[in-house]
Amino acid sequence: MSVVTVQLGQCGNQVGQELFDIICSDAQEGQRKTYSAASCERFFHQTAQGDLVARALLVDMEPKVINRSMSMAAKSGRWSYGASSHFSQKQGSGNNWANGYCVHGPCHRDAVEELVRREVERCDRLAGLIAMMSVAGGTGSGVGTYVTQCLRDIYPSSFILNHLTWPYGTGEVIVQNYNSVLTLAHLYQLSDAILVHENDTVHRICSRLLNIKHISFSDVNRVIAHQLGSILQPALTADSHGAYSRNPLGIDWQVRPPADSGRSRSLTGGSFNTSLANLLILRGKDVYSAETGGIDDPALYTSWLPSKEAFSLWKSPVPFNKYEKSATLVSNSQALLRPLDDMVGKVWNMFASRAYVHQYIKFGISEEDFLDSFTSLEQVISSYSQLC
Amino acid sequence: MTQSVVVQVGQCGNQAGCRFWDLALREHAHVNKRGLYDEALNSFFRNVDSRKSDGAEFAVGGRIQHLKARAVLVDMEEGVVNQILQGPLREVFDSTQLLTDVSGSGNNWAVGNMTYGSAYREKIVDKLRKAAEQCDCLQCFFLIHSMGGGTGSGLGTRVLSLLEEEFPEVCRVVTSIYPSGEDDVITSPYNSVLAMNKLTEHADCVLLVENQSLVDIVNKIKVMSHGTKPGLNIKRNSAVTSGQGGLSGAEKPFDAMNNIVANLLLNITSSARFEGSLNMDLNEIAMNLVPFPRLHYLVPSLTPLYTLADINVPTRRLRPSLPFVSWNQEGWKTSLCSVPPVGHSHSLLALANNTCVKPTFMELRERFTKLYRKKAHLHHYLHVEGMEQSFFSEAIASLNSLIEEYHHLDATKARLTPDAPRLSIAR
Repeated sequence: MSVVTVQLGQCGNQVGQELFDIICSDAQEGQRKTYSAASCERFFHQTAQGDLVARALLVDMEPKVINRSMSMAAKSGRWSYGASSHFSQKQGSGNNWANGYCVHGPCHRDAVEELVRREVERCDRLAGLIAMMSVAGGTGSGVGTYVTQCLRDIYPSSFILNHLTWPYGTGEVIVQNYNSVLTLAHLYQLSDAILVHENDTVHRICSRLLNIKHISFSDVNRVIAHQLGSILQPALTADSHGAYSRNPLGIDWQVRPPADSGRSRSLTGGSFNTSLANLLILRGKDVYSAETGGIDDPALYTSWLPSKEAFSLWKSPVPFNKYEKSATLVSNSQALLRPLDDMVGKVWNMFASRAYVHQYIKFGISEEDFLDSFTSLEQVISSYSQLC
Repeated sequence: MTQSVVVQVGQCGNQAGCRFWDLALREHAHVNKRGLYDEALNSFFRNVDSRKSDGAEFAVGGRIQHLKARAVLVDMEEGVVNQILQGPLREVFDSTQLLTDVSGSGNNWAVGNMTYGSAYREKIVDKLRKAAEQCDCLQCFFLIHSMGGGTGSGLGTRVLSLLEEEFPEVCRVVTSIYPSGEDDVITSPYNSVLAMNKLTEHADCVLLVENQSLVDIVNKIKVMSHGTKPGLNIKRNSAVTSGQGGLSGAEKPFDAMNNIVANLLLNITSSARFEGSLNMDLNEIAMNLVPFPRLHYLVPSLTPLYTLADINVPTRRLRPSLPFVSWNQEGWKTSLCSVPPVGHSHSLLALANNTCVKPTFMELRERFTKLYRKKAHLHHYLHVEGMEQSFFSEAIASLNSLIEEYHHLDATKARLTPDAPRLSIAR
């Protein structure tokens, strides 16, 4: 089963290249034939000469990053991107979501769809699509949202995962909150799963856990790629009986609370974030005797989902990236609630003064569109806050 | 990759513009060791075959044959442009890019804007169009001019409105040199205020440079260069401190000041020309720094200038003690470019949309009012065909309202603004 990845904008293309690099080197490590074959099938297609070509498209509204990602891939000597699997323009989206979504997206729809179709047709069986992008800029966020919509239209029953990089709280793009909110509100309706990495959090990992002195975006991107790789690489699931799982995320993340869900709980109540669902992936040595340490404790989960359904555990004896033992947790919980709430709070403040709004209106969205997006996200925040 | 066209108007505009071309060539020569005509060069230069009379252009990727600047040079007297054509930069411009006249504008905005503006309208549009057509994907017009004189100020702002009319989609970044209080042109306040009205209307953003600041910086560099502060390691051959290594060797009077302006332009465009881990296109400047259409006056700061010792690049997340407006508490936009300027390992350019421009505008208003109250020299302007007193009253009204808007924002500084109300969702 194969996955097709669409890399959008500077961040999507930079992180995507690191991701394929890690997956490839992990897949080619050692003598693990079944794992290696499954991983290569999932993410690469093989040319007649046996070279690995990523099942990916690179999309950006300016060419510099795509050129760099493609040349870095080729330099690795182990894999490359398809020579024509990219689409770029000359002029970027100017950090403007509306420019990406209303202008560039529709303008280049046919070209991008054609590239997607070609890549999908190369797959024997399509497990799903991954779109990688940031939410702060103009292309990843705006064009990324539009492309996700197109993917949903063409492949209505396919699994679509959006990997989003959230910007540093301060200092990247001044209008990042507008761009983020507009993106999230739209993706919420389109995506099957939204997987988030926050630059601030990854930065802390680099400084405190990895002791990197001068942290660059390459360091940050590499950490993100590691974490993603550890999720997406083939793993054995409880019901896979020794064969590598078909669906990259293996579980249905969509949940809907029952009509009457009991009392509400405030944001600050309790010492744990309440979870809707958790996926724990253990890889490496002694994996079958590993204890899961209370992550399946019902107290962590919302009362209307039995923890047996909410908690999934995958144990895979093949180590990832040469780590003797590794554990990865993917969580659908209140963990993102505070950052999301902060983001929406700031966006209301900025919108109240109408600052920068003229820049967006110029490209085709209205004040109502802003308000609709804010409302959407307030609903999401409300739903998550009320989990107990 | 996109291209930009530089439009230099008047004496100051052309002199500063030429420093820019000189330093740009030097910067590219430093980085481009193999003599290939690459994307970075393409953003500001064409590559032509000088043997053919029609000047056929070469595409990106081949060897450098003959570089021509993407520029239009306008001046209503010939002295400055002639000097350029006799100097080492003569090969970089061809005659079709130039527009000159003989008698100058007499330090009169109305002559520049109305008389010459009308007379040369067709020719100007023609030359701009030609420059634009030679671009694959034109992103930005850079206009360089001074505010205090007649040509740069008057004809320059006429060119600006033509740019908006003919190329509304293309970003207009204007570098405006504001006169100091001791400017020897008596009518510079009139010219500046009349020009400002047009800048407020037609520019996407204005890089506000005060002549006084340039003078102060240059003096400070001189002091530091000759001073005996221990541990201060002055880099003498960097592009910032001198034009050394550029095509024109000897230093002329305003050269040092124009150098600084040239470096400003080089730095702003660096991320669009070269690679980096967090690129910034020119259209992102206006997007991030201009929250309201009229408030687009940006204050540039550059380092290293006189702290010429090796600088420690601050961590990318600066902890500012700057007061921000309540609705933009983290109003920082960052861009990272991998290619440093010549002679330095790092440099930092900051562009600020800051209410500190208010005192500058207020001083300008005061100088204007001193003259206007007595109707001093007004007849020189009103005699020009097309010019009316209403231009003056509109211009000062526009400046007044601009000052008022900045004042309003300043006033929010001390106040604790409550957060905007949120939506409460029914269960």
